[in-house]
Amino acid sequence: MFFKKKDTEKDIKNADPGTNLVQRLQQGLAMTRSTLTGRLDRLFFGKKEITDDLLEELEEILFTSDIGVATTQELIDSVQKKVERKELKDPEKLKFALRDHILSFLEVQAVSHLSPEPGEPLVIMVIGVNGVGKTTTIGKAAQRYILQGKKVMLVAADTFRAAAVEQLGIWGERVGADVVKQKTGADPSAVVFDGLAAAISREIDVVLIDTAGRLHTKINLMEELAKIHRVAGRKLPGAPHEVWLILDATTGQNAISQAETFNNALGLTHIVLTKLDGTAKGGIVVGISRQLKIPIKYIGIGEKIDDLRPFNARDFVQAIFD
Amino acid sequence: MFESLTEKLNTIFKTITGRGRLTETNVRDALKEVRLALLEADVNYKVVKNLVEDIRRRAVGREVLESLTPGQQLIKIVNEELSRLMGGVRYGLELSGRTPHSLMLVGLQGSGKTTTAAKLARLLLKQGRHPYLIPADIYRPAAVDQLIKLGHQIEVPVYPADTTKQPEEICLDALSKASRELADVLIIDTAGRLHVDKELMAELVEIKAKINPVEILLVADAMTGQDAVNVAKRFDESLDITGVILTKMEGDARGGAALSIKAVTDKPIKFIGVGEKIDALEPFYPDRMASQILGMGDVLSLIEKVQTDFDEKEAKKLEKKLRKKQFDLEDFQLQLKQIKKIGSLDQILGMMPGVGELKKLKQFKPDGRELVKVEAIINSMTRNERRNYKIINGSRRRRIAKGSGCKVQDVNRILKNFTQTKKIMERFSRTGLPNMGSLFG
Repeated sequence: MFFKKKDTEKDIKNADPGTNLVQRLQQGLAMTRSTLTGRLDRLFFGKKEITDDLLEELEEILFTSDIGVATTQELIDSVQKKVERKELKDPEKLKFALRDHILSFLEVQAVSHLSPEPGEPLVIMVIGVNGVGKTTTIGKAAQRYILQGKKVMLVAADTFRAAAVEQLGIWGERVGADVVKQKTGADPSAVVFDGLAAAISREIDVVLIDTAGRLHTKINLMEELAKIHRVAGRKLPGAPHEVWLILDATTGQNAISQAETFNNALGLTHIVLTKLDGTAKGGIVVGISRQLKIPIKYIGIGEKIDDLRPFNARDFVQAIFD
Repeated sequence: MFESLTEKLNTIFKTITGRGRLTETNVRDALKEVRLALLEADVNYKVVKNLVEDIRRRAVGREVLESLTPGQQLIKIVNEELSRLMGGVRYGLELSGRTPHSLMLVGLQGSGKTTTAAKLARLLLKQGRHPYLIPADIYRPAAVDQLIKLGHQIEVPVYPADTTKQPEEICLDALSKASRELADVLIIDTAGRLHVDKELMAELVEIKAKINPVEILLVADAMTGQDAVNVAKRFDESLDITGVILTKMEGDARGGAALSIKAVTDKPIKFIGVGEKIDALEPFYPDRMASQILGMGDVLSLIEKVQTDFDEKEAKKLEKKLRKKQFDLEDFQLQLKQIKKIGSLDQILGMMPGVGELKKLKQFKPDGRELVKVEAIINSMTRNERRNYKIINGSRRRRIAKGSGCKVQDVNRILKNFTQTKKIMERFSRTGLPNMGSLFG
C-alpha cells in the first residue's frame, strides 16, 4: 500500500474500535512499518562504501519486486558505471540515484486520445486477462465518477463467463449506476452498440464497458475485442475514448507480453494495477512504462468500494524499497 | 532473450568446444545465462540462487556426451534438475478413506478457483464418481451463481448456498445434504483471499477443521511472479495444503511460479488448467514444465497430442529428413494437413520449441486465414519446386501467385519465412519431434 507515513499515522489515531477492514489493514501495515525499517534502509544502514555485496542485495530487491531482468540490469549497470567513475561513493546517495532512475521510467506523458464532444458520454473500455479484477475495478471506478456527480452507465460486454453479467449488475446496484446487459452468450459488440445508444439517449456522462477476460495469446478473442472497439466507434465517433488495461500486481514478466499485445490490438490509454494490498510489489509496471510509455491511472488496494486510488509514482517506488 | 537460451549457451561454449568436460571456468558464464533465464521465467530470486548452485555442483566435472555440444549437455543437466525439483513423478488426487471425500480449493482472487472446481467435478464425473459442488464464496458478487451455472453445464449438483450464512455453516449443511444425495466427492469452492488477510485465512482454517478434507488444493495462476513464494508459503503454513493446481497455462507465461511454489511448499503440483473450456484440465508433468520454463517448448505434450492424429510414420520420416537437413515445402504441405487435424493453432504453437524465435520474424502471425493462403501457395507449386525451393525464380513466383490468387509479395514472404523456419527447425531437430507448421505468413 502506498500511503505516506503521515497519512497512515493519522489513520491510526482516528481509528475507533468499529473501524472497517480497510482501516484495520492500514493499521496493521503501519505497525509492520514502524517495527521494521524499509528493506533499503536496512540494507544501507551503517554501510560506508558501495561494495559488490551491496549491489547484489540491491539487485535482489529489484528482482523480487518483479522489475524484471532487462530493467534491473539497466538500473544496476548505470549504478555500477557511476561507481566506477567515482561519481557515486556514498551508499546513501546511491539510494536516491536508484529511486530517481526508477521514477524517470514511471513518469510518462499521457497517451494522446480523443475526448468526448460536449454532450456526449466519455466511453471507457476495460480489458485484461482472466481474473485480474476488471469487473471489480469498474465497480470502484463507477463509484469515483458518481462521487464527482457524474451519471454512469455500466455495459456488460462479458457475455462469456458464467454469471459475469450478474456480477456487474450487483455492482451497478451498489454504486447506483445504470447497467446495460443481455443474456450470457450474446454478441458483446451488439451489447456495446445498444449500450452506447442507451447512454446517448439517457444523457449519461461516463460509460464503462466490461469485457470478458481473455489471454492475449488467443487470436480469435483478441479479434473480438478489436471488433467491440470498432463497433463502439461506429455508434459514437471517437469512442472508446479511453482503453484501460487491468494488470494484476502479482503477475510476473508475462505482464509485459500482455501489455504489448493488448496495446498492439487496441492502443491502450491507461493501465490500472490491481491487488496491491498483498505482498506483491507490482514492479512489472516499471518495465512496462519504460518500454511502452503508458501511464498508470489507478491502483487497486482492496475489495472495498473505495479501494481504487490514483497512482502516485513516488509512493509506489517507496513501497518497492519498503 | 529467453527464447534462445540453447543458442546463447552454444555461443558461450563455442570457444571451448572440443574439450570433452564441463569445467568450473567454462560453466561459469553459461550459468550466468541460466540464472537470467530462470529469473526471466519468474522463478523466485532465492530459489534461482540455490538452484544455480546445485546445477554448478552437478555440472562441473561431467563429461560431455559425444552426441551433444557442451551447451546442450548443460541444458540437459539443468532440465533434469528442474524436473527433479518439480516432483519427478506424477500425483493424482488422493481419494482414500470413507466417503464422501472433501476437496477444498483455496487461493488468491482471480486465480481460477471456480472454473477449476467445475473442471475437477467434470473429471471426477468421467471417472465414475458422484461429485457435488459447494460454493463457499459469500463475498464476490454472483460467485455462487457462477458455480451453479457451471454445475448445470456439466450436470453436477451444486449446493444452493445462502450467502447470508457463514462459509463453514454452508459447508456443514452441504455436507449433510450431499450425503443424502449419495454424492461421494465434495468440491468446496472457497472465496479468493489474500494470504496476508488474517481474518479470511482464519475462516479457511475453520472450514478445514469442520469438514476435514482429504485434499486442500492451492489454485495458483501460472503467470504469478516473485510473490508466488509468499502466497504459497502462507497458505501452506495456515492450512498444510496437499497439492497445487496451476491455472492459465495456455498463455505464453513461462510458469516459473511452478518451481517457486514447489520449492517453498514441497507439495506436488497435481493438475494444470489449459483453457476456459470445462475439459481443459490436464495432469502435471514435471519434465514438460521444466522445458517450458527453459523456453524449450513442450515437445513431449505435443508428441502426445499429436499421437492420435498425426501419422507416426510420416513423423518419423520427417524427423529423418530434418536430421539430414532436407526439410522441403512438400513436407510442409503435409504438415499443414496434419495441423488441421490436430486443432487450434496457437495451442500447438505454444508447445513448440523455437516459437519464441519465430515470433520475432516480422510477419509472423499464426492466423487461421493466413494458413489457407499458405496452403494455396504451396499447392500452386510444382513438385520440383516444392522439393527444391531454390529453383523458384521470378517467373515461377509470378506463376505461383497467379495460380493461388495471391500477390507475388505473398509468395516471397512465404519463401523467406520458410528458409528462416527451416534453419530454426534444423537446429531443434536434434532434440525432438520436428517443429511443425511454422510458416505462417
